[in-house]
Amino acid sequence: MADQTLDAKGLNCPLPILKAKKALKGMQAGQVLEVLSTDPGSVADFAAFCNQTGNELLKSETAGDVYTFEIKKT
Amino acid sequence: MLDSADNTKKMSIIITKGTLDWAYPPFILGTTAAAMDVEVTMFFTFYGLQLLKKDLDLKISTLGNPAMEMPMMGMHMKMPNIVSTIPGVDRMATTMMKNLIKKKGVASIPDLREAAIESDIKMVACQMTLDLFEMDQKDLIDGITLGGAATYMEGALESDINLFI
Repeated sequence: MADQTLDAKGLNCPLPILKAKKALKGMQAGQVLEVLSTDPGSVADFAAFCNQTGNELLKSETAGDVYTFEIKKT
Repeated sequence: MLDSADNTKKMSIIITKGTLDWAYPPFILGTTAAAMDVEVTMFFTFYGLQLLKKDLDLKISTLGNPAMEMPMMGMHMKMPNIVSTIPGVDRMATTMMKNLIKKKGVASIPDLREAAIESDIKMVACQMTLDLFEMDQKDLIDGITLGGAATYMEGALESDINLFI
């Protein structure tokens, strides 16, 4: 279960990443941020973002037009 | 955010263009890099300095841009150069672009610039350009530093990525 949810639906690159970063900043290590997005580019972008920042991408799922990510802050 | 114990990645961007469309690449890449823990320096020179003005009034021009197609009335429209010279056409194209930006959920340039400031991106205004174009630092946003080519080089030499836009 996520500790916080960020609804980034309807937002385009790079806003989902910028908003996720901002949300993660306010969270504790070990907490999980759920991000909802409709930007198809965000699938590759969140993988790259987590890879680079060391945060853990627990989930990357597609349901219809909505992409769901779960990021564990490290 | 900036550890001086240094495996921090660094990026520098030289920004030379001051139109609405060309404002996007540097601000998108700069803010995204900062979100990915990269230490970013943005060096604004020549027309790029327009992007640092307190009052942003950015426009696009269709002139000399044969690749620009804008959706309009269900089709994609290209502008012949002769049309671009008619007064008001650039204003109209700018309004169309701003409407599209909103409609497609793309960040505005003021928002991206705000994000850049919030994420501690170092912004440097070219002193020589200020002199050349008789611009006043009072007209630029707060928190920027002034510098020249040597200032840029010092940062660029220790950067992992250097872009010229």
